[in-house]
Formats: sequence, structure tokens, C-alpha cells
Amino acid sequence: MHKGTRIIAFIAVFLIIATMPFLANHGQASADPEVSLDTPAVNEMPVKQCIEPLQDMRSEHMQILDSWRDRVVREGQTTYVNSVGQPYEMSLDETCLSCHSNREQFCDSCHSYSGVDVYCWSCHDGASNNSNGGVE
Amino acid sequence: MKIGLPLLAVVALAALAWLGCEYLRLQVLFGVVLPYLALLLFLVGFVYRVVLWGRSAVPFNITTTCGQQKSLPWVKHDRLENPSSTTGAIGRMILEVLLFRSLFRNLRTEKRGARISFGSAKWLWLGGLVFHWSLLVVLLRHLRLFLEPVPVVISGIGAVDGMFQIGVPVLFLTDITILAALAFLFARRVLAPRIRYLSLPADYFPLLLLLGVVISGILMRYAFKVDMLQVKEMMLGLASLHPQLSMSAGSALYVHIFLVSVLFAYFPWSKLMHAGGIFLSPTRNMPNNSRQVRHINPWNYPVQVHSYVEYEDEYREKMRKVGLPLDKEG
Repeated sequence: MHKGTRIIAFIAVFLIIATMPFLANHGQASADPEVSLDTPAVNEMPVKQCIEPLQDMRSEHMQILDSWRDRVVREGQTTYVNSVGQPYEMSLDETCLSCHSNREQFCDSCHSYSGVDVYCWSCHDGASNNSNGGVE
Repeated sequence: MKIGLPLLAVVALAALAWLGCEYLRLQVLFGVVLPYLALLLFLVGFVYRVVLWGRSAVPFNITTTCGQQKSLPWVKHDRLENPSSTTGAIGRMILEVLLFRSLFRNLRTEKRGARISFGSAKWLWLGGLVFHWSLLVVLLRHLRLFLEPVPVVISGIGAVDGMFQIGVPVLFLTDITILAALAFLFARRVLAPRIRYLSLPADYFPLLLLLGVVISGILMRYAFKVDMLQVKEMMLGLASLHPQLSMSAGSALYVHIFLVSVLFAYFPWSKLMHAGGIFLSPTRNMPNNSRQVRHINPWNYPVQVHSYVEYEDEYREKMRKVGLPLDKEG
């Protein structure tokens, strides 16, 4: 092969780039993130139920929060009525974080695992601005 | 027909994955077996094609030159358009790969009356550049699903890509640009009569397949809502060679994975292989140094020559008899 060294070097570089995820994960057992519901407020609940059914919360929580923000800030509404007719205050700090007072173990564990860059915390201080006092 | 067949193929492939996962529960096939098989075909095919090109003959120095060759010291040498050294050739190659400089020189030729006129035609260059850069950013963004912890660079790219924070999940700019660029490249083939005449199913299929991949990915993010946690667990499983399946991740994910698998498997055996071929183009990867270094065809076989000295030695007596001039009086 003419200029065989260069061809082989090219192939080697290609293979390293193309199999990069395999090389990076070699021999690593993937650790699933721990999503913790272990907070005082959740533990006190007789039925562990979020404002909407679990499956909807999993897939739609970002849209709910986004629409809450728009409705509170732009339209001045403050009450959210869920799918079974129960009212909740539309507030990340007062409603969500009063139960899920463990931001690091609840919100952040999934978001950092799946590489989602949320910008909630650029305004909200999820660690201390919480009236329920679940977190120091 | 030339569009219909590839379109049908892409729709059928997507439908196959959807039906296979939704009704036949073939997640193992579409989520593990076929992705691995596709990657294997991609790697083997890519290396095979490169080796094949590496073994083919380059008998001449055929660099394309678009500028002043290195000459006398007072003649300004165009180092990038007419590289005289390997470094210059590498520089030109890098710019070619990153900026498509030769396509920037694309011209439109038209006959106006009796005259032929040339005009600049930059749309293909722009569309191609936007598509390729968007694809690179999209690929890099996807690494967040394959690496744990997610490197800062990768999440940084995602943050910049979604910097306008439009909607939730945040709209990625490259989703828009790749879709727009692919739509443009497709429309160009369909709407420009001369390009439509030249286009073959092998031109439409990769375009439509890429559109299928992009659309299925966007739908997965906004409409079908696959569970990101399960997706990441699955991708990490694939990447660490300990595949773990999620049967509940939603068939949209499998459609996306299957179309990507088809793209990877198809890649080395199609025109998409220009990704590797660009580096092996003799017109682009050789320095134009034919006046400094003699380019010897490495495939030259030893030729038996009969030099004039030998010829004269052989026929000296006969030549002398008929009075022909001789170099050496033997």
C-alpha cells in the first residue's frame, strides 16, 4: 500500500472517534440515578400522589412548570386546578419544593444524569427559599 | 419513481420499526441486535473503503491548483490554493473539510443569447455547510446519552444550542437549521430541473433518510415524549456492551434508533462515504511540488530498457559498414 503508514493512522483515528462512547464506557457498570422521595413532607402523606398522575408528571412536568410561569407572571393567575379538580398554588417554591425539598436528590439527580440543562435555578433558589423549611 | 422509491423505503423502514416494537414487541431486535449490526457494518465498511482507496494507484501528481504556484521569490505564492508542502496541503484540507472552500467556488453557467455567462452560486455551499455543521452539533449533543457523567463541553454545547430558551423542552437551534438545510437540499433536487434530471434514487434516499432521522428525533422530544432516564440507561447499556432494554420507552425511540441504524449501515456503501473520501482525494491531499520532487508512480513495474549505448555496442560493426556516425569508435 502506497503511504501505508498514513492510511493506517487515518483508520486508527477514525476507529477511535467512531467507537469513542464504547472506549469511554469500557468496563463501567452504568449506575442508575437515585430519585429520592424521602422527604419529611412526602413521608407524612397518607397517599403518595403528586399533583397529576405519575406518568404525566414524568413526561409533562416541564410543560406544567412553563405554563405556570407564564400564567403567574404574565396573566396574574395563581391557582392551578388539576385533572381531578383539586386546586394548587402555582408556585415552584411553595408547591413543588414544599414536598420535594431535596432538590439534589430529586430534581438534579435525573437532570444531571440525562444532561438536561434546566434554568429554573437561575431565578429560584431551590435550596433555601422554601417556606416549609424542609431543607436547611 | 426516482423520488417515490426512496420515499417509500424510508416510510416503510419507519413503519417497520413502529409496528415491530408496538405490536410484535421486537425491542431486542430494534434496540440491540440491529444497532450493533449497523455499527459493525459501518466500521468494517468504512475501513474497507479506505483501504481500497489507499491501495489504488496514484500515478501522477494531480493536485488541483487555483492559485500561483511557488516560484521565484518575488512572485507571490498562494500557499493555500497551491500548496507546495505537506503542511500547506494539510492546511488546505482542513479548510476544505471545515468550510467547503472548493464548493464556495461553485459557479452557475448560463447561456444568454449567444454568450455564455458565469455567475456565483453560493446556495449549495451555504445549505451544505449549515447541514453539516448542524449535524456535527447534533451528534455531539447526543453524546450526553452515552457518557456518564456528562462532560462539561457536551452540556455546554447543548446550553449554547438552546440559548434562546424557547419553550420546554428547550428548542435547539440546530434542530431548526438541520431541518431547514435538509429541506433546502431536497427542494433543490426537486425544483431545479437540471438537478432533478441528474438526481438518482441514491441521491434522494440519504436525504430522505436523514430527514426521517431528524423528524423522528424532534417528534420524540416534543410529541411522543420518551422517558429520558430510560433512554440514557439504554444507551449506556449499549455503549458498555451490557445492553439493557426498556420495553416501556415508547416506540418512537425505536423508530429513531432504527433509522439511525439504517443510516450507519448504509453509510460506507453509498455516496455518504465522501466523509472518508475527502481525505483520500489525490487532487486535494497532495502538495503541488512536481517541480521540486519527482513524483514516481509507486506502481511502476521494472521495465527492461535497451539504452543507446547498448544498441551501439550491439550494431557497431554494421553501423560502421554503412557509414553511420558512431558515439564511440570501438
